[in-house]
Amino acid sequence: MQVEWVWGLIGGLMIGCGAAVFLLGNGRIMGASGILGGLFSPAPRDVQFERLVFICGLIGTPMLLRPLIAPETQTHLTGSVAIGIVAGLLVGVGTRIANGCTSGHGVCGISRFSRRGIVATLVFISSGAVTMTLLRHVWSVI
Amino acid sequence: MRGVIAFVAGALFGTGLLISGMTDTLKVQGWLDVFGNWDPTLAFVMGGAILPMLLAWRLTRNRRPIAGGQFPAPVASGIDRRLVVGSGLFGVGWALAGLCPGPALASLSYGGLNGFVFLIAMVAGMVAAPTLGAQLDRVANAP
Repeated sequence: MQVEWVWGLIGGLMIGCGAAVFLLGNGRIMGASGILGGLFSPAPRDVQFERLVFICGLIGTPMLLRPLIAPETQTHLTGSVAIGIVAGLLVGVGTRIANGCTSGHGVCGISRFSRRGIVATLVFISSGAVTMTLLRHVWSVI
Repeated sequence: MRGVIAFVAGALFGTGLLISGMTDTLKVQGWLDVFGNWDPTLAFVMGGAILPMLLAWRLTRNRRPIAGGQFPAPVASGIDRRLVVGSGLFGVGWALAGLCPGPALASLSYGGLNGFVFLIAMVAGMVAAPTLGAQLDRVANAP
């Protein structure tokens, strides 16, 4: 347990450094939903290129490093394809309508003292906690 | 230059998600499971990520990005229906699978078939979002 929060803090600092590099280097907000969703909306070629390269780093680095530094890490993702589809749709629609997710609103927004970022984060954590409580402790679905 | 910076940012993000444990859906669901076996790790991850960004936002004052261009303009502070409804829907999906967009991408190489299924559904949702968002505005403006 103690080790886990230490790794959480170290990993968090790395995530924040990534966001700082993107902001100070390219002047961009490191929001995963905006970067991925933006690929599917009209934008200048150089912006799309930047998004694509960012996603390559985001997928490729854990792929290369996991066997070396965290071979025991697994996603423990649900085996239910139905839950995977419903959850994916909700996350995709919700983050794009709200214009941000855990990285964009949570990390980049809160650190800027943005009211929208703070409210969004409070709302998705609350709705997540309510959903979790209902699904696990009231209906015993997951 | 811009490409190299984008790649380094993505690499730091992905590595941070990997070593923090945030690509493990059980840890994320554990964070949301406040009446069960609550796991506070996510708070440390988010707190750790906010620290360098507090400094970074300060450094944006009276400067320009290293690779040129402009820093993002301050966003409107208004809390609208889209922000609240969208975040609410996101939270439900986040609890259901324990994945949000960053970790869904970072774990793609070891998330199995359902990791791909989740990602494709998420992209489909992102593509559908502008239409659904417009629908939401219509409902809001209905007499």
